[in-house]
Amino acid sequence: MGKKYSVPSSLTIMKAFEYAGYTLLRGCGCRAGFCGACSTVYRLGGNHELKVGLACQTKVEDDMYLTQIPFYPYHKVQYDIEKLQSDGDQVVEIFPEITKCLGCNSCSNVCPQDLKVMKYISHAIRGEISKAADESFDCLMCGLCTSKCPANIVHYKVGLLCRRLHGKYIAPKAKHVEERINEIGNGEFEKELDELMNASKEELADRYNNREIEK
Amino acid sequence: MSYTSQLRELIKKVEQTREKRLGNEFPRMTPEEKEDVLSNYHPDHIEEQFRDAKIGPNKGDKFPHELCDVIEAHPSIDWEQFDTSKIDYDVDVLVVGGGGAGASASLLAHEAGADVLLTTKLRFGDANTVMAQGGIQAADKSNDSPATHYLDVIGGGHYSNVPELVRALVSDGPYVIDWLEDLGVMFDKEEDGTMQTRHGGGTSRKRMHSARDYTGAEIMRTLRDEVLCRDINVIEFSPVVELLLDKEGKAAGAVLYNFETQEYQVVKAKTVIITTGGLGRLHTQNFPTSNHYGATADGLVLAYRAGADLAFMNTVQYHPTGASYPEQIEGFLITEKVRGLGATPLNIDGEQFVYHLETRDVEASAIIRECAKGKGIKTPSGMQGVWLDSPMIEKIHGEGTIEKELPAMVRQFARFGVDITKDPILVYPTLHYQNGGILINDRCESSVDNLYVAGEASGGVHGRNRLMGNSLLDILVLGKRAGKNAAEKAKEIDNEKSELTLEHVKNFVNELEEQGIEKTKTSPILIPDYTKREEN
Ligand SMILES: Cc1cc2nc3c(=O)[nH]c(=O)nc-3n(C[C@H](O)[C@H](O)[C@H](O)COP(=O)(O)OP(=O)(O)OC[C@H]3O[C@@H](n4cnc5c(N)ncnc54)[C@H](O)[C@@H]3O)c2cc1C
Ligand code: SF4
Ligand code: SF4
Ligand code: FES
Repeated sequence: MGKKYSVPSSLTIMKAFEYAGYTLLRGCGCRAGFCGACSTVYRLGGNHELKVGLACQTKVEDDMYLTQIPFYPYHKVQYDIEKLQSDGDQVVEIFPEITKCLGCNSCSNVCPQDLKVMKYISHAIRGEISKAADESFDCLMCGLCTSKCPANIVHYKVGLLCRRLHGKYIAPKAKHVEERINEIGNGEFEKELDELMNASKEELADRYNNREIEK
Repeated sequence: MSYTSQLRELIKKVEQTREKRLGNEFPRMTPEEKEDVLSNYHPDHIEEQFRDAKIGPNKGDKFPHELCDVIEAHPSIDWEQFDTSKIDYDVDVLVVGGGGAGASASLLAHEAGADVLLTTKLRFGDANTVMAQGGIQAADKSNDSPATHYLDVIGGGHYSNVPELVRALVSDGPYVIDWLEDLGVMFDKEEDGTMQTRHGGGTSRKRMHSARDYTGAEIMRTLRDEVLCRDINVIEFSPVVELLLDKEGKAAGAVLYNFETQEYQVVKAKTVIITTGGLGRLHTQNFPTSNHYGATADGLVLAYRAGADLAFMNTVQYHPTGASYPEQIEGFLITEKVRGLGATPLNIDGEQFVYHLETRDVEASAIIRECAKGKGIKTPSGMQGVWLDSPMIEKIHGEGTIEKELPAMVRQFARFGVDITKDPILVYPTLHYQNGGILINDRCESSVDNLYVAGEASGGVHGRNRLMGNSLLDILVLGKRAGKNAAEKAKEIDNEKSELTLEHVKNFVNELEEQGIEKTKTSPILIPDYTKREEN
């Protein structure tokens, strides 16, 4: 931003921007470390290393030079989840670049969620979809890993595909959900719901205050 | 910033009473006790914090000052000069807002064959939905039923909810879970596929489904991916600043504002769906908020100017447990799942003062009362709070439970030097949810023709108080319905010759002028102004 600002040391980068008078139009969403919108690149005076972090979760430091980066772009990948297989080759077929991973671990080193990013990519390469899904679960899709990858891998999209494949095809379906849908479809609860809808406030309060509560 | 030495001293008291509290349940309040604490301590009951709306369909109704301020502001575009005849996009269904309600509405509208445009203020998905941690309710277990769920919803809402909406919510619930499973959402399940479910405040059955403590994130990223995989046009960083009506006063499009180029664009649409979420960032009564950056009640402003009725705007939800320490995360939500797992609120003496799973309004009021009694704890930044005894969870369910069940929470606090597996958390109520909104029926129709609403922007389903997990459910139940119904309605509409007008805006401005409201403010405000205030 080309200017020097002094801000209270307790502030996060995001709040420091605002303290200095900037209104954020991009690079801000949840303000709480959930949406991954606020990826920031910074450098500390005298040190050449480029550091990255979430602006809403990183505290300011002395002599910090910083800038926010636009969300790291990815090539658009479209698939029809209904037509995919949950086997080993599926992920590589959609994201062939993952096989070019150099094992440099740059992705894991920058992840603000401390995920083992390289590890979930290697699970994906080996077709271990469930492991990749589990390992990548806490990903915020902030794109910081992608900004560092020499092999141009879009890790967070790979993780997302693995999670969707696991959720849809590998994890067993909840039978009770299916059963309930059938019951609702057969109109089994209609009468009771009609009654409740027509009940007076007093009746409802009485039923509510005396309802049985599962332990 | 780990705890100060003063706070460390106080934590000792919490530790001293822990063994004694273990296994000793604090009694629930009686209906009378609840009434008492609500009427004396709930922020909704502080009359000076509300005023009569001066204009519009709800003229004379009590709204929070902060909402009146945006509703009684002038339009942000120069409506007299604005050219509505130059059309940039012509679509069947326009979806305004890119949270869970917007994404599900888009998917269903697209499935029904409509040409859909989704436009959103921030990045697609950066919304309250992505922040929801605790879970989503649905009555799909054998000891549960839609009727049981109905009773919980309506009791929690103090019997004021719109019954047909509650019925829609509880009846469609299991279908929504099935739909999400089918899209690949990774729910927490047992080996055999049975959903792991828990209690939330006010639930009579364990029906809270979760995806670790990233439930909303998991749902949002899956829905977003699905939208992006289909031919749905998505425009980011382009909020709607005004709705457009046709000559007959029916919704017919909107004006977009490109944040970067500061240019306006006109969308013509056969039907419009508002899914802009809530009002947390208006900071009613100066509360901190758990909401995302864009939650500035835009949808209410737009719809109100177009003539839509609002409902339940005199009630706002304050979540009992917002962080009040460390300063960097003040207002940040401590998910109800933490209490669901057994963490209890304690005062400065380490004593419990309220059952930990009362409904949110009651729990929040009890915390405010405890602090008013002088039994709260002052933080270094001047906020107050009570303890939420998180380490109790490990006592009850065994070591490692917190790490496994609440990874997001652990990480959030660890970033600022607090280990919630070992130390309790300081909490105070935070502005969390817009109980009311634009009044809809169970087809998601507002009182303006061709204007549909879903999600937190809508009002009626939760009455005067929402239970945890019913919002993620409602945005999907009603989002799906809105998408489907809006697409089907669009098929019946021939808008080739219809003209877009801002006549309603003109009338609204006339009303403002008649009431002597000068043009000092404009709305929707789109982005809150934090350059002048420090707390947020
Ligand atoms: C921290 C937190 C935790 C929560 N936990 C739970 C939980 O565990 N369970 C539960 O059921 N509920 C929970 N809730 C509530 C629930 O998440 C929200 O009520 C729900 O997600 C709202 O969804 P929505 O789609 O209606 O709105 P949002 O998800 O807020 O989406 C609104 C969208 O509209 C956009 N927008 C706003 N104004 C405009 C405009 N003018 N033009 C265009 N776009 C606009 C926004 O940018 C955003 O993309 C939680 C909420 C918060 C904040
Ligand atoms: S895996 Fe990549 S996208 Fe996901 S949180 Fe880590 S750095 Fe961000
Ligand atoms: S940054 Fe890219 S190349 Fe390096 S380990 Fe990660 S995925 Fe492999
Ligand atoms: S603003 Fe969402 S992660 Fe920082």
